Amino acid sequence: MTKTIILAVIVTGLGAVQSNAAEPSPSRGRDLFMKVGCYMCHGTQGQGSSAGLKLAPEPLPAEAIAQFIRATNTAMPAYSEMVLPDSDVADIAAFLETIPAARSPDSIPALKDLKASK
Amino acid sequence: MPRSQSPSTVDRRKFLSKVAVAGAVTALPTAQAAEPAKKSVTRGAAPPSAAQQAVEFGAVEQVQQVAQAPVMASNCGSDFMTDVMKSLNIDYVFSNPGSSFLGLHESLVNYGGNKSPEFITCMHEESAVAMANGYYKAAGRPAATLCHSTVGLQHAAMALYNAWCDRVPLITILGNTLDLTSRAGGNDWRHSAQDPVGMVRDFVKWDDQPTTLQGFGESLVHGYKIACTPPMEPIAIVADSDLQEMELPDRAGLSIPKYTPSQMPQGEAGAVREAARMLVAAERPVIIADRMARTPEGLRLLVELAELVNAPVLDLASRQNMPTTHYLYQNASRGALLSQADMVLGLEVTDFWGQINQFKRGEKTGTLRVKDGTKLVTIGVNDLYMKSNYQDFQRYAPVDLSISGDGEATLPALIDAVKVAMTAERKSSLPGRAEKFRKLHAENYEAARQAAAIGWDASPVSTSRLCMELWQAINAEDWALVSVGASEGFVSNWPHRLWHFEKHHQYLGYGAGGGVGYGLPAAVGAALANKALGRFSVNIQCDGDFMYANGALWTAAHHRIPLLTVMHNNRAYAQESMLVQGMANRRNRGIDTSKIGTAIEDPFIDYAKVAQGLGVWSEGPITDPAKLGPALRRAVQIVKQGHPALVDVVTQVR
Repeated sequence: MTKTIILAVIVTGLGAVQSNAAEPSPSRGRDLFMKVGCYMCHGTQGQGSSAGLKLAPEPLPAEAIAQFIRATNTAMPAYSEMVLPDSDVADIAAFLETIPAARSPDSIPALKDLKASK
Repeated sequence: MPRSQSPSTVDRRKFLSKVAVAGAVTALPTAQAAEPAKKSVTRGAAPPSAAQQAVEFGAVEQVQQVAQAPVMASNCGSDFMTDVMKSLNIDYVFSNPGSSFLGLHESLVNYGGNKSPEFITCMHEESAVAMANGYYKAAGRPAATLCHSTVGLQHAAMALYNAWCDRVPLITILGNTLDLTSRAGGNDWRHSAQDPVGMVRDFVKWDDQPTTLQGFGESLVHGYKIACTPPMEPIAIVADSDLQEMELPDRAGLSIPKYTPSQMPQGEAGAVREAARMLVAAERPVIIADRMARTPEGLRLLVELAELVNAPVLDLASRQNMPTTHYLYQNASRGALLSQADMVLGLEVTDFWGQINQFKRGEKTGTLRVKDGTKLVTIGVNDLYMKSNYQDFQRYAPVDLSISGDGEATLPALIDAVKVAMTAERKSSLPGRAEKFRKLHAENYEAARQAAAIGWDASPVSTSRLCMELWQAINAEDWALVSVGASEGFVSNWPHRLWHFEKHHQYLGYGAGGGVGYGLPAAVGAALANKALGRFSVNIQCDGDFMYANGALWTAAHHRIPLLTVMHNNRAYAQESMLVQGMANRRNRGIDTSKIGTAIEDPFIDYAKVAQGLGVWSEGPITDPAKLGPALRRAVQIVKQGHPALVDVVTQVR
């Protein structure tokens, strides 16, 4: 649902995150992810929770993340550029790109072989 | 039933299902009954004990006999009060001792033999009431709290409000000294009031301050009945200290009135038939259940109703209304189902408006989740009794048909009416619905299983790992998740997304008033009930909530109450941290300062040490997720030996 909204925003050409001279920094992005509180709703691994959507692994493109942050229509209030500049968003997106794929639940004893009903 | 009939002829199963057994005389021994030389008191039909209910539910083979109370001369008013409590088969009195009920305290433990009711020592009045709340939800029968006047009731007030919002009957007995000439001075005055219940009257269903012993007896039985009549709520009775302590050389003129429970109120027959017709006519009906299943029968009836029309059920998890393993349990598809629904049936839904509307906190506006023209039907008791000051009655919801009646009690009539209204055309469409929802149910479960694996090896420990390692450790037991604090959302609802909740007793809901400090004491109260029923009690405990009421752990240790508590220790009042951050976002400032006033750090709290100090076996804090499973398995063994145990786990925020 949210992915659809975000992609729709991109298609309508509301703009993309401005490029910076410096390359986005995943390590700075990780620090920002913790400092500005992304982890509270989305988890330190971007895994999502009852309070926030899954962000990683396989994050949305940085441009889509930026667009969503600026004009969210969900319970999450928008972050304006005044408090979270484009360069910070780019760093956070770069961090999310580094989060590895999740393990298969079949490799986890507590999740293996679970079915919706017995 | 004629008064002379032997109590042994009372059919317990019918007693549970139909309740009213006029004229039966309780056979349970009491201190008074054990003393044949004394003038006997008239007793009414008493509700079944927890042990007897266990037989009903197949949990144990035989009813354990209540031990004979010691024979002791009755010579004071509080002895009579004790016998009134015994006549109602009140199993436990949860209490923190107080000087305004010294007489009754002494009678309970000496004259009453400290059995039925047994005095459970609590470290805070708020905890005492929360324990009674949890006890009711596990045992299905009210417990009592004995509360000191003024300051004691002030402590108890929040927990009473939680119980009020949770539609939980409990009996609050409040000490007080009305006659000023009986007060010694100092605290005797500070701890007396003209209208001691006044401060909580907005959230107790009924109260009385009797001035005679006969009045006390009648009011306690009356109050018990009022509390147990839907909408079930707490009641409060004042036990004046002069009445407690008055000499009572004999009981001439005193009697205990017969207790006859109210029949559960059913919805009006014509309206029920109309609801059935609408349910059958609907192409995409949705059922929402909130505090509907009061008993295991409620769950069974909901399954039967849902299967009759293959309507998906959204279980709001105030009680376990619907098995999560059933293909019509469709919480994961809530938004889509409501947006497509052409008929929504709400069963005991307190906030129906909030179900059919989506409210945006920032904009303070609500938009309909359902289409215009969707037929809306409600069945419940919320309109039968409410008060105006505290706003838990929620926003008014315009609907097409509103049926005032107890949801569970109305379901048999609704099921019969649906069978009558069923058409051949509708019947032919039902297999298709079933196939669709079976597929959706399996897909949603698999999606949750995949999602649970994300961040599995993270530290702090993910809430999915916390919950799934826990379930793996307990699912061989007859387990019950007795508390998740104020919301299962605090652990991202992983239990209801992935555990197999198939029995009514496996989940007891949450702290309905949202008052912090419910989780641990409610879990202890529920675990006390489950101890008699042979069930394994589990509590997922938020850290902030724990610090309001951690003395409840001592109560569990002291009374040998087996309970596994697993700390969801995210080291913050996390919800408030999120909300403060959201406010800062809207105001374009300070997005990195939301931990001020919300973080529980510097220093971190060592909950395992706190537990040890309270006499409870513990491990932690666990930060390495690989150590979680083994620690939980060790804790399970402790609990199976009859003791409480706590595992402190440092977790993700949600």
